[in-house]
Amino acid sequence: MAGKVITVTSGKGGVGKTTATANLGAALAVSGERVVCVDADIGLRNLDVVLGLENRIVYDLVDVVEGRCRLRQALIRDKRLPDLYLIPAAQTRDKSAVTPSDMVRLCNELREEHDWILIDSPAGIERGFRNAVAPADTVLVVTNPEVSAVRDADRIIGLVEAEEKGPARLLINRIRPNMVRRGDMLSAEDVLELLAIELIGMVPEDENIVTSTNRGAPIVLDGKSRAGQAFRNIARRLRGEDVPFMNMEEESFFGRLTRFIRSGG
Amino acid sequence: MNRFFDRLLGRDQRSARQAKERMKLVLIHDRTDLTPDALDRLKDDLIQVISRYIEIDPSAVGIQVAQEGREQRLIADIPLRPVGRRKIG
Repeated sequence: MAGKVITVTSGKGGVGKTTATANLGAALAVSGERVVCVDADIGLRNLDVVLGLENRIVYDLVDVVEGRCRLRQALIRDKRLPDLYLIPAAQTRDKSAVTPSDMVRLCNELREEHDWILIDSPAGIERGFRNAVAPADTVLVVTNPEVSAVRDADRIIGLVEAEEKGPARLLINRIRPNMVRRGDMLSAEDVLELLAIELIGMVPEDENIVTSTNRGAPIVLDGKSRAGQAFRNIARRLRGEDVPFMNMEEESFFGRLTRFIRSGG
Repeated sequence: MNRFFDRLLGRDQRSARQAKERMKLVLIHDRTDLTPDALDRLKDDLIQVISRYIEIDPSAVGIQVAQEGREQRLIADIPLRPVGRRKIG
């Protein structure tokens, strides 16, 4: 069966596209799917460090497109998950080095040997975005419960429709339940009502994201993390499973326990 | 304590609610490229054109952009003056 191409995009930078791409890729690979993550953010490469693969790069996306290496040579295998690969972005070139049709051609080749191709889109609405969206079967729009991220998400959702890649699906990242509870952060329901597209998942703010990124190990590999659980659920939904949405309010037993211990009993 | 007084004076506008109300308007304008000012001018023109054919009360005309999912709809509410109440002559 031919692989599916999922593009992760957002409009605004810093909302968690790269974290989402790395974690969805790892979660799918853990469940035995063959996955390639493609970093389409040419000139601002980051997916390699988030996945902890920065020391293994020899060839990149632009090398493949310009024929300096074969596709196979640019695929970096993950050190923990044998079914997870990365094609890194070029760091010393810009977005005009790749065209939307290059991306379509590349992904068609990747579809033959992989179940999932996850594309990490650059922020913005220019060439880099069009490159990332051109080969997509499904587009995930990442946003945060915050006015500028929501506004940019709305713009991107419109552009995805204009490129005939819609309807996009929404991933609301970095929700802070205690702020939502006291009325100082937009709730997931508020964001959904404003953007009016289908939700694929909600991810709570989680400090473990910072530490796991420091280590270059995706958080989905940490069984206790709430954000990790949320990303694993989204990966299952991508595979077509019907997984109920996580209650943002509820705290895990481990979370309660560590809080209890830290507060000194 | 401040919050208590705010609530007492009906000023309890939590920031999330403000954000949502502001975003509703911003998104309508982003999606339609229609500013509040342009909407006002559209309303005036509409009143003028319709008045050429039928008598209406300009002050009762309401025009707004409504949202249905990701689609916007221009809704004009134009009450007509009942014939019986029109002045003769």
